[in-house]
Amino acid sequence: MSGTRRHLKFAGWAAMAGTLLLLSGCGINNIPTYKQQVTAAWSQVLNEYQRRTDLIPNLVATVKGYAAHEASVLEAVTDARAKVSQTRIPANILTDPKAFHEFERNQATLSGALSRLMVVTENYPNLKADQNFLVLQAQLEGTENRIAVARRDYILAVQQYDTELTTIPGRWYHSLFYSGYQPIQNFTISEQAQQAPKVKF
Amino acid sequence: MPVARWPLWLLACLLSLAAVPAAFAAQNPLDAGMPLFPALTGPVVDDAHLLPGNALQQLSQKLAAYARENGTQVVVVTLPTLNGYPIRDYGYQLGRHWGIGQKGKSNGVLLMVDAAGKRVDIEVGYGLEGTLTDAQSFLIIHDVIVPRFRKGDYAGGITAGADAILGVLGGHLQVVRQQQVHERNGTGFLMLLVLFFVISPLLRAIFGRGRRGGGYGGGWLGWLALGMLSGGGGFGGGGFGGGGFGGFSGGGGSFGGGGASGSW
Repeated sequence: MSGTRRHLKFAGWAAMAGTLLLLSGCGINNIPTYKQQVTAAWSQVLNEYQRRTDLIPNLVATVKGYAAHEASVLEAVTDARAKVSQTRIPANILTDPKAFHEFERNQATLSGALSRLMVVTENYPNLKADQNFLVLQAQLEGTENRIAVARRDYILAVQQYDTELTTIPGRWYHSLFYSGYQPIQNFTISEQAQQAPKVKF
Repeated sequence: MPVARWPLWLLACLLSLAAVPAAFAAQNPLDAGMPLFPALTGPVVDDAHLLPGNALQQLSQKLAAYARENGTQVVVVTLPTLNGYPIRDYGYQLGRHWGIGQKGKSNGVLLMVDAAGKRVDIEVGYGLEGTLTDAQSFLIIHDVIVPRFRKGDYAGGITAGADAILGVLGGHLQVVRQQQVHERNGTGFLMLLVLFFVISPLLRAIFGRGRRGGGYGGGWLGWLALGMLSGGGGFGGGGFGGGGFGGFSGGGGSFGGGGASGSW
């Protein structure tokens, strides 16, 4: 092997080592990593919404015991809950704007109905003194809080992921290695519309 | 990608590395108006000065001992004011910031008092949500803490509240829920992949053993399979540094909004 050829070979190894350091330092793994964080955050969102859905039958039954003639408010909650649990969640919901916004709209409708229900309960002192109702109220409040936390974590995770897809160098990694990764939907309905029931003690 | 563009890419990589500190400095708009987090100086951080010296010391010793024996960290924090920031939003973020509880178990509890806002908050780590439920937190706040606070007995309310929390925690086995976010590892493996799929074309170009005709097609399957192998993640264990005097610190636990709050 000639001298120049050995030199070339050495230069090749040096270039390789340098490139290796640079690439791992500038986030070639970021897109799949962030995607995984989004998926984890989303399953937490689903978890917490499910917890709320599970809580409702008990809550409605307890309120009914004291305030049976608030039929329209109770019915609105029951209907909104039915809509939430009947709507199938497609596997690609995160990249399908239509399905995602339908999910969000249904949950927001349920939030609104629950919020009205909790306002109505203010008018029934006996109901508010019921220990069972107090516990349910605490659980609902905690659940709404968990939903808010999970939504916030999701929003941050999606922001990070979508930013990585559209900014350099993530954009290049995306087109080179991760072209199957699509932008992910984020929550759009304002926190106002999604407002948790105000529970006063 | 044509060989001629490689140096450009590398240059951009370097530039983006330089830009990282700037990105970290940018504040998240979702956190607007949030007061700064106090320092975790021990299991009791009494910034609002609601506890007289001996009560503070007794409570600190009790909580530190509990953390040593059970691994569960219960931290009490009193703040002079939150400037109207919602206490529950602040509470779970403070718990995460401090990393109360053990990593992987998230068995931490935060009892927080906002003196100016007259609000109490119990934040429960993911791992204890099944033991110290929202309803139990609610009852501790409304039956144990608030009545004492209304009479001006802050030390009594905080001590009794902390005792009630320890009582609920001690009455059950610990429920450990699966962590939501896994730690990623296997970076070394991915570096090997980079070596193979990214560097080899470069080398070929340098050594002039003929240009590649196709794209990265052949590499895709291997990339995917190996990526799955290395991306499985795992639990980050241990990392608990709590317990000692003067050396109390969070163990990396996380919070997800479990607990309850109330006002007096």
